[in-house]
Amino acid sequence: MTLTWYLVLAAILFTIGAAGVLVRRNAIVVFMCVELMLNSVNLTLVTFARATGTLDGQVMAFFVMVVAAAEVVVGLAIIMSIYRTRRSASVDDANLLKY
Amino acid sequence: MGDITAPDLSLAALAPLLFVFGAACVGVLVEAFGPRGNRQPVQLAVALVGTLGGLVSVLLLAGRGEVTAGGALAVDGAALFLQAVIAGLGALSILLFAERALDPARSAFVTSAAVPVGSPRDREQAMSPRVQTEVYPLATFAIGGMMLFAASNDLLIMFVALEVLSLPLYLISGMARRRRLLSQEAAVKYFLLGAFASGFFLYGLALVYGATGSIRLSDVRAYAAVGGADVLLVLGLALLVVGLMFKASVAPFHTWTPDVYQGAPTPVTAFMAACTKVAAFAAVLRLLYVAFGTSEWTWRPLVYGIAIVSMVVGAVLGLTQTDLKRMLAYSSIAHAGFLLVGVIALGAGSDGGGSGLSSTMFYLLAYGLTTLGAFAVLTLVRDGDGEATHLSQWAGLAQRSPLTAAIMGIFLLALAGIPLTSGFTGKFAVFRAAIEDGAWPLVLVAVLASAVAAFFYVRVIVLMYFSAPAEEGPTVGVPGLPTTIALAVTVTATLVLGVAPGPVLDLAQRAAIFVG
Repeated sequence: MTLTWYLVLAAILFTIGAAGVLVRRNAIVVFMCVELMLNSVNLTLVTFARATGTLDGQVMAFFVMVVAAAEVVVGLAIIMSIYRTRRSASVDDANLLKY
Repeated sequence: MGDITAPDLSLAALAPLLFVFGAACVGVLVEAFGPRGNRQPVQLAVALVGTLGGLVSVLLLAGRGEVTAGGALAVDGAALFLQAVIAGLGALSILLFAERALDPARSAFVTSAAVPVGSPRDREQAMSPRVQTEVYPLATFAIGGMMLFAASNDLLIMFVALEVLSLPLYLISGMARRRRLLSQEAAVKYFLLGAFASGFFLYGLALVYGATGSIRLSDVRAYAAVGGADVLLVLGLALLVVGLMFKASVAPFHTWTPDVYQGAPTPVTAFMAACTKVAAFAAVLRLLYVAFGTSEWTWRPLVYGIAIVSMVVGAVLGLTQTDLKRMLAYSSIAHAGFLLVGVIALGAGSDGGGSGLSSTMFYLLAYGLTTLGAFAVLTLVRDGDGEATHLSQWAGLAQRSPLTAAIMGIFLLALAGIPLTSGFTGKFAVFRAAIEDGAWPLVLVAVLASAVAAFFYVRVIVLMYFSAPAEEGPTVGVPGLPTTIALAVTVTATLVLGVAPGPVLDLAQRAAIFVG
């Protein structure tokens, strides 16, 4: 089994995530799509670590996980605060700032 | 299984970072254990000691050039110059955060950001004299992340620094005391788009790792020099550039900028406009020069294109704005384009740092000081509902407060790039470097964009001096000591860098060295 398929899968996941960020309306779902992008990067890193025979990629995947966890804390706090005010987490409702 | 060798770690070279991060950690402890009554002065002192200590230790390191921390950090001339700029601008922004004389509620920041807007508790806290002090450690962490960003010699460290600087910024941009809905909306937009952009940066990192087997910038350089056209590497470079350009608010990755600059508390906007821009460009310069300096053909067309888009978008959309904060946001997008003109000229002087690098560094210093000052002036002009940022409210400001109008006038002229201000020196240096490098079509576009942009800066000056003041116009507050210091420093620097820029230009020239 070649490693290419893992890379292709990661690329597909990344694309799904990026497309989701652009088309979904709920801030939580948008955020989940961002997490999908980060996890597809993890898959890519681990695959390349295997391909190059170094451990660096696996260590990097751990860094990405830690940073993603920190991002969840900050992100959910911000989304919660706006939800408690507006009773909605839709990014379309957040439309006070424009032009 | 071989023995694990400990990486070399030069504590002296890391001192600036240790100072700032140490102060941030102390700030968190003060927040947890300090008595509420005198937290504000203590936090302010800790944050200032941290940033100014960082600044002093950077100055003591001047002239150093080494790679440390197992090759992950490069402490060289360019890193130290930009770290000093970030620490200095950061200290000035923290002074703006600490202003207590302007707002009747004694602070620009909400007491408790978790209280829902419009609830009874929110009305209660709107008038309470308690001030929130969490912003100081958060801002100090952001400053530490930016200084790390400028020195990172490794894509992973660059990513971690990017997040360390971004996460606190997402939070503090949502903490305005007034117009809280706008502020929260700004935070959500900044967060979602920022996380999206760091996803791209990270995927770029993974592809570069896959192509070269390393994320050390020097290894990437060595690979790119012999590897030639490698699809993975070029794709990775493009994604990395997208992630960094987002932070630098370069069009077409700028969509968050006007909204976030408008919604965030004005001292935070000043901080973002000045420090984040410097940090993001520090990383762009290092990535393009150290890692991809030998394969310029891969990024030159890309950067050429987005420089033009950014200058045109910033200048043209800036014309249509009626809100001063938004106008300055578009000005920041246009200036990002001008900075990219300097980045294009990176290769001009072949080895040893071309004039492109030193002129871009000078431009970052000049622009950071000016834009910080301009946002500081915005905090002075207020009506009953907080800051009066609508253009019409500034009509006839010179009659209400000649001094404020004069100071704002100086900043606007500097942003427009009129001679005898720092803006002119910076633009001249950047454009000259680009012409030396043969990029004259780009400079032509830049000059035209400057001319268009000058119109909206001068429009504000005309409005301040030659219009009748409105009946129910805003009042100009008398700033306390912190804002006064920040304004005095920025005005002086804007004029001095315009009239006698020689020593600082020389310094930038000598500092324009990358190791790694």
